[in-house]
Amino acid sequence: MNWVKLGGLGIVLFSTVLITVLAFLRRKSTLVFRDIPTFTYLRKAIGLAVEEGSHLHISLGRGGLATPQSAVELAGLEMLRDVNELTADSDQPPVATSGDGAVALLSQNALSIPGGGALSRGYDPTAARLTGLTPFSYAAGVLPVMQDENISANVLMGNLGVEAALLTDAAERSGTSILGGSDDLSAQAILYGNAQHPLIGEEVYAAGAYLKPRPFHTASLTVQDILRWLVVISILLGAVLKLAGVL
Amino acid sequence: MAIAIATGLIVLLGYFIDIPTLAYLNSTILNWVIILAALALFIGLYNLLTVHISKIRTKEKGGLYSIILIVSMLITLILGLWLKPNHAVLGVLFNAVMAPVEKSLMAIMVITLTYASFRLLRRSNNILSLIFIITALLILLGTAPIPFIGYIPVIGDIIRPFIAQVLAAAGARGILIGIALGALTTGLRVLFGADQPYGSDPSGGEK
Repeated sequence: MNWVKLGGLGIVLFSTVLITVLAFLRRKSTLVFRDIPTFTYLRKAIGLAVEEGSHLHISLGRGGLATPQSAVELAGLEMLRDVNELTADSDQPPVATSGDGAVALLSQNALSIPGGGALSRGYDPTAARLTGLTPFSYAAGVLPVMQDENISANVLMGNLGVEAALLTDAAERSGTSILGGSDDLSAQAILYGNAQHPLIGEEVYAAGAYLKPRPFHTASLTVQDILRWLVVISILLGAVLKLAGVL
Repeated sequence: MAIAIATGLIVLLGYFIDIPTLAYLNSTILNWVIILAALALFIGLYNLLTVHISKIRTKEKGGLYSIILIVSMLITLILGLWLKPNHAVLGVLFNAVMAPVEKSLMAIMVITLTYASFRLLRRSNNILSLIFIITALLILLGTAPIPFIGYIPVIGDIIRPFIAQVLAAAGARGILIGIALGALTTGLRVLFGADQPYGSDPSGGEK
């Protein structure tokens, strides 16, 4: 085993222990997170969609589960599940679009769980769709969904690239709001400029903890913060050692 | 859930620890993933077909596009199964239809993004938006030559490389480190079964 792999395993084990300990501690206490306006708006958008009887559109992007982008897709799927539960009182299920077969299948599963609205309003298999397999065919398939299907807000939460610009433009034209983030830097830049409520960096992974806080979600956010501080300290220490001529 | 966690652990440990049995299990599981992903793609295509057939049947707006989509999808699928994906006809279909359409969409985006940058100023009229626009303009001026003038000396030689290679690179690395940490904790949540993109509701439907 080389040092890089050993270091990687060490980080994974350290994070695992920390999440487990914090999750058990968090069962008894409540934690207050910093305010992320996008999630506050998402809650409002969910409430509005239920009141108006309109759909929420969740775009899971075109990343696959067997690719390095799987983490953001999993975070998007978790958020879809939460949104489905929060809109259980509405007769209009959220509409999910994706660009990968496995993600499409899992989004159908997320919309079909009885804890959501699947029991009360019935399960609609066409609410979760595969719209296209390449970046632009995915975007081209999503545009009619955004424009023609009584959508009140669009949530982009997945692996999107520059094609996010086409989606934000379509939302602007149809007069619906758009919020969300991506793990891709170019999409983040586009969303910062075009979306009403963008998510930057790791905020995209925090949706579960903000929408429906559970011990493991809140603990994982705390661990993210701890790891971030460790990275900051390592970078500063490295810079000082380099300046001192040790490295 | 136990099977999913065990499978995840085997793949994770197989990545870090070099044991032949673990490596064999790892590659077997990853091969299964590829097969299942291909099968999921077919289910996804069936779903796409169902959505568009329903659109045609209920005479929804854009029904004509749905007919075109279904016909093209079936033709491509039949040709792909019959001639195999590497056949010249399928290459022509991709290069003459898919590639130009995708490039056209990319071209539309140039206008979309230019318009969006002005919209940003109108929507959030603050210092960060101004910095965003000025940076974008400086990068554009430093990258694209102006007719009859060519590259603008200071912007092209000093300002653009400084913004792109120092300021933007530093910011991008910061964001990427954050994304990597987020991906790590999300992966661990799935591995613990706290997030279950598969199977039933982990909270048991509790709201």
